[in-house]
This record gives sequence, structure tokens and C-alpha cells, in this order.
Amino acid sequence: MPTAVTSSQIEETIFQTLAELGPELEDISRDATLEALDIDSLDLVEIAQVVEEEFGVRMTTDDVALIRTVGDAIDLLYERVLQQS
Amino acid sequence: MSQRVLVTGMGAVTPLGVGARTLYDRWVDGQIGIVDGLGRCSEFVPADGLSKKDLRRTDRFTQLATVAADEAIAQATASGPLPRPDRVGCIVGTGAGGAMTVDDQRDRTAPDAPATASKRFSPLTVPKMMSNAAAGFIAIRHGFRGPAFAVASACATATDAIGVAMHFIRAGVIDVAVTGGSESSLMPFSISSFAAMEVTSATGISRPFDVRRDGFVLSEGAGIMVLESETSAVARRATVLGEILGYGASADAYHLVAPDPSGAGAALALECALDDAHLTPAEIDYVNAHGTATLLNDRAETLALKTALGQDAYEIPVSSTKSSIGHLLGAAGAVEAIATLQALTARIAPPTLNHEQAEDGLDLDYVPLRAKPLGRRPGRPAIGLSNSFGFGGHNSVLCLGAAS
Repeated sequence: MPTAVTSSQIEETIFQTLAELGPELEDISRDATLEALDIDSLDLVEIAQVVEEEFGVRMTTDDVALIRTVGDAIDLLYERVLQQS
Repeated sequence: MSQRVLVTGMGAVTPLGVGARTLYDRWVDGQIGIVDGLGRCSEFVPADGLSKKDLRRTDRFTQLATVAADEAIAQATASGPLPRPDRVGCIVGTGAGGAMTVDDQRDRTAPDAPATASKRFSPLTVPKMMSNAAAGFIAIRHGFRGPAFAVASACATATDAIGVAMHFIRAGVIDVAVTGGSESSLMPFSISSFAAMEVTSATGISRPFDVRRDGFVLSEGAGIMVLESETSAVARRATVLGEILGYGASADAYHLVAPDPSGAGAALALECALDDAHLTPAEIDYVNAHGTATLLNDRAETLALKTALGQDAYEIPVSSTKSSIGHLLGAAGAVEAIATLQALTARIAPPTLNHEQAEDGLDLDYVPLRAKPLGRRPGRPAIGLSNSFGFGGHNSVLCLGAAS
């Protein structure tokens, strides 16, 4: 049984994935909006794929509508992880 | 009265380096961009022109086209921006599109592919592989809102793209076209597929029109021209680099890959291009041959030139860019048109490199080994033809003129 996933682990994964998609690491923060980082629906599909592999939780297109900032994404995913365990 | 179609920008990325000027200067100088039997664009550094995000979202064929387009558009807009983005079209062809992207993703469906991670399909697969990706990406990058699409006719692709763009401008549909072709498929899948057809060179040496020729050398690259209506170019005081005087195209209607050995289809395209330009063979100073160095092409093309140009065929210098850079497939026609226009402007025919031993019947002036002056009609802007023929039996010819 793997150890429980923490919010900071999710944050680290999301920050790293975002940095691979285009934005500079120094521009990425919880408060940064996806719009400001130029992250669009195609990027979110890629993020969802990484998250599913790493943490076993799904992000759907319905979820994407709720996400405005990087922090929103992290919180939503952490919530899913907690629900699952 | 239809519009004259002028060339106001040119850009190229080829095995000889980055830049239209680099292509011509190094070819005239006798340099060869082929290494180990392949024509890679080894001096091309995608990250020099494209952001991290752009690089992730594009196949290499789009990256090559984008950098060539940036060069051409920068040249065309040196005198000022294009005032009507809605009247600028992007007509950019390719033979195989994002073949490398397909190749990369194909492995993920293999039964023995490792679990999870590598079986994941990227949501970027389709937008990277689609044949129209380069046309669409260039339109987005520069905000050009006129018609944008790809043209495909194998190795005649880029010539047809430029021909279609010329007609769009003549017809008044658009004022400006960013047009040409791009190709990048130098991976084992593609190399083996062409080798299976026995059309690529076993020696890895591109020897057009030479008796020892043994096929073409597979290459990658992109060529882009900015074409512009005379009205638009004059209004913007753009520097005119030359003119697209005519375009002719035909189908062999003969065989899926082999050219009609009589050259009848190619001759028809040559005649159509001359008719379209209202010119006679006596007015042609230079021919940039398709000149692939396959056994069949070089014979059929020579016959076609004799049929279409008559006695003049023996007096016009005919050279093959492929002797220097190999065969850029869907990009070949654009890169060669760009080389042709520079040859006409400089009044120097670049050489057919590696051409040392003649073959019976291949008896035109192929400009062997060394560049030579174009001297047929001194004092008048030089005029040339650029040939492209593609698998499928596509024959396409552009008639180009130096700026007056």
C-alpha cells in the first residue's frame, strides 16, 4: 500500500508538468491563472494524463470548467485523492 | 485584367543551412548538404525560432515551414506590415505531413509496448500529424485570416501550392500568399519504405543526369515564398524579388509511380506553363530540372524538355538542385523555385554537381560541376522554368522571372 499522497506532492507534480508544457517555472504559482500561463484545453488533457498515472485520479472536461488558477487544480485533485482513499 | 503576381519574400531551411541566400550561395559554390546518404537540416535549431510551447505542439515539418515562413514574411514586411490580414492566405503543402509524429505514436499501439506511460496517446498527435498543420500554424502565428490549407501531390506538392496561390491572387481572392512546402520524414520507417521502391540511391550520392546515377537522396527541409499582387506590392513599396509568370500542371495518367517514359505528361505541363506566361521557348534562359537522379526521371524529363522546348532545349542551361541537397519531396518545388529566382537574378546557373559521365540521349547542357553565366538574352530580366514531378503522375511547372 503506497503512503498517502499529500497536497504538496500534487503541487510539485502540477508545477513540473506545467513547466514542461511551456510556462517558465518562476511564473508558476498557486495564484497564477491558467489563462495567464497560456494553458489551454489541450494542455489540460496532458495534465490530466499525468495526474491519472501518478495519483490514480481522473480529471474530466467538466472539472476543467471549474479550474481557474493553478491552486484550483491542486485543491480539486487533492479532494479526489482523499475521496478515493 | 488579372493581377501580376510578384515575389516579395523568400525563406528556406535546407540541408545546406538556414536561409534562402545560404541555399543559393552554397549551391553555386559547389557545396553538398548530403551526409551519409541523407539530406538532414543539420544547421537548423528549432528552438532558435520557436518557443517551448510551439515546439511541443508542432511536428518537425511544421517547425521547418514556420522558420522558413518567418524569414520570408520578415523580408516581405521590411517595408511595412501587410495592411489586410484577412486578404493574406497560407497555402503550404507537404508530402507526408507529420510522419514522424505518426511513427512515434505508432509504437504505443504495439502489442509488446511497455505498460501505461508509453501507451498514453498525446492529445497533440492529431494537430501535429495533420497535413495542414504547417499552413494552420503559420496563419495563427502571424494572424493571417485568408484561406489556409495544404496541397498534396507528392514531390510536385510545393510547386502546385505556389501555382494555386498564384491563381488565388490573380483571381483577386487574396492579395498576398504565404506559400510553399515542407517535409521531414528522415526516420527508418520512411527510409525503408522508399528503399523498398528502389528509388533511393544505394551509394548515397545524388548524380542527376549522370550515367552512374542510382536514385535520389532522401532529404528534409522547407521553402516558403511570399507572393503578392502587383497592386499590393506597389502600394506598400515592397521590394520586388521577382515574378511568378506562369504555372502549368498535368497528369501522366500512366502509372502510379513510374513516369511516362515518353515524357508526354511532363511536356504538357511545360507547354501549359509557357502558354500561361505568354512566352515561347526562345525566351527561356534557364531550367531548374526536377532531376531526381532516378534512372527513369532523368530520361523522361530530358525527352519532355526536348518536346516542349524544341531546338531551344539544347541551348538552355538545365541544372538540378537535388545534386546539392537531395530530394526534399513535398518541399522540393518551393526550395527549387527559390533557388531558381536567385539564379535568374544573379544571372548565374548553379551547377549539377557530381555530373561527370554523360549517357546516350541525355545530351542537354546540364551545367556539370561548375556554375555558369546565363547569357541567352543579355540586358533583359532572366526568365526560367522550375519542374516538379510527383508519384501519382503529377507534373507541375512554374515559370519565374527576375525582377525588372
